Amino acid sequence: MAAPSSRTRKSEPSKKTVLVTGAAGSLAKRVISRLHGRYKVIAVDFRRQVETDAGIPSYKVEIHKRGFEDIFREHKIDAVLHLGRIFAHESDRSRRYNANVLGTKRLLELSHKYGVGQVLIHSTYMVYGASPYNPALLDEDHPLKGSEATYDLIDSVEIEALATIYLWKHPELNVTILRPCNVLGPGVRNTMSVLLSRKLVPVLVGFSPMMQFLHVDDMAEALVLAFEKNKPGIYNVAPEDYVAYQVAVEQCGCGKLPIPSIPPALPKLWSRLLNWNAFFPPYMVNFFKYPVVIDGRLFRETFGWKPRRSLNDIFGYYRKQKSVGP
Amino acid sequence: MRFPGPSAFKNFHLRDELMRRVVTPEIEAMIGRITKRTGSFGYDAWGYDENQVKVAAGIMKLLYERYFRVTAHGLENIPPDGRLLVVGNHSGQLPMDGVLVGYALLSNLHSPRAARAMIERFFPTVPFLGNLLNGLGAVIGDPLNCAKMLEAEETIIVFPEGIRGSGKPYRKRYQLQRFGNGFVHLAMNHKAPIVPVGIVGCEETMPSLGSIDPLAKLLGIPYVPLVPTLFPLPARVFLNFGKPIYFEGDVESEADVAERVETVKDEIRGLIGQGLAERTRIY
Repeated sequence: MAAPSSRTRKSEPSKKTVLVTGAAGSLAKRVISRLHGRYKVIAVDFRRQVETDAGIPSYKVEIHKRGFEDIFREHKIDAVLHLGRIFAHESDRSRRYNANVLGTKRLLELSHKYGVGQVLIHSTYMVYGASPYNPALLDEDHPLKGSEATYDLIDSVEIEALATIYLWKHPELNVTILRPCNVLGPGVRNTMSVLLSRKLVPVLVGFSPMMQFLHVDDMAEALVLAFEKNKPGIYNVAPEDYVAYQVAVEQCGCGKLPIPSIPPALPKLWSRLLNWNAFFPPYMVNFFKYPVVIDGRLFRETFGWKPRRSLNDIFGYYRKQKSVGP
Repeated sequence: MRFPGPSAFKNFHLRDELMRRVVTPEIEAMIGRITKRTGSFGYDAWGYDENQVKVAAGIMKLLYERYFRVTAHGLENIPPDGRLLVVGNHSGQLPMDGVLVGYALLSNLHSPRAARAMIERFFPTVPFLGNLLNGLGAVIGDPLNCAKMLEAEETIIVFPEGIRGSGKPYRKRYQLQRFGNGFVHLAMNHKAPIVPVGIVGCEETMPSLGSIDPLAKLLGIPYVPLVPTLFPLPARVFLNFGKPIYFEGDVESEADVAERVETVKDEIRGLIGQGLAERTRIY
């Protein structure tokens, strides 16, 4: 564990202390800048010690390792916003499992041990899994079949299972799980964003499923709102707007690289052979084939939230990025 | 004589030209009158695609008016807005009856509606066809889809006989097969009116001697009809829409539900009778 970048005095009693994981990510940075000033923010990332504004202690720590507990010993943490996640292309499967699943378990245990009053978990719509039998507008109580088709989504589903256990077992933790659709925008490094930043993008011949996209600023606002209003539960986060994958690809200014989709094993094989892990990984092939459209009504109505950026605003960033060049 | 150089074709785009002929101003106006809510790219959550519906409407118009020469009565019974189930008899091997009822509702001068159809679960796995059907408003027949669509005030076409109706041989024509109870549950749970429709003529579009079951099993599809033609024959089609039926949710048992299913079935039987009576020529 690295030393904190700035030693902190005993926090003023009026300000809540909020621990944000995954602080090096684009979403977390936006959340931190929105919280900064009104709350005492502590930034944590496993990748590197994040450069933060003055007064924000920042740690490089692996949350499934022992040193993590020191942060809880040193600060009286009131809330945890767990945004950190290792993507499939960032690490091998066992390291990712340790960091994501065991890390989340550790985080929940420590939150319970040190009397944290609120825990927000940033999950993903992918836990529902992409299947031809999916109806549209999935509710939060739909079975999580994400791990049915692939081992690479098991960690996402298990994180949810763990968080759900704490949700009912320790109501004082006020666990809130958010399942956003595809989050895109400047600086976002998830698979979909890496994909749409490319000039040439694989599409499966004859398949163009409906998709939902959210601007990273809107997601940051959703997270801050969910934190401040504190209404524990499980929520999908998505706009009421939909677009077919191949149209999104065109709108982002990408060229299409058609991949034969029959037999079904073929696109996965392509992806594996050409090592497309960062943007078109084998385990995500079905998401480019079948829709996973979620119903975000519960979140929108509970928190009075509405995304402010349109699909065109979102795609515009990727278009511009290409015309400007790398 | 000189052949026209490549420049003569420069402004000719086959796709645009076809689009111009199929999507006439009349079709544009028809789709324009529909009050359905779609997103910023003309899609809804289930994949309904406004632009695709326009093209399909242009093609369906030809089928409806020229090929099947459809006569429709009772379209004034379709409520102008709000959730709705349109329930009819299924026949003809291919779902031409669904297409024709869909176009009748779309082109209805009283109150045009973009209707949704429920399709078999294997369609989404078929390249192109799955997306195409979604684009036209069809979705897999999942209870969640039905529920959310009715909550969104959509119109759904239901054939409660399912493949029992569409796949039946010609000798059983106009004999209603067993109806599923699901549509009455939907109507009661979501307080949706049911408009019955009797469809006459589709039985004669593809008369079948029976199904080649081993082949169907091999292909993983519900049936393979033994038919004289591979395309639907141009039978004249008569659609008779009945008055809306409203059911309260006050049932005590599944037997009560079955009784209501019978009520709808009787209505449809009557409407089929009307169609058969007015029909003077089959083709």
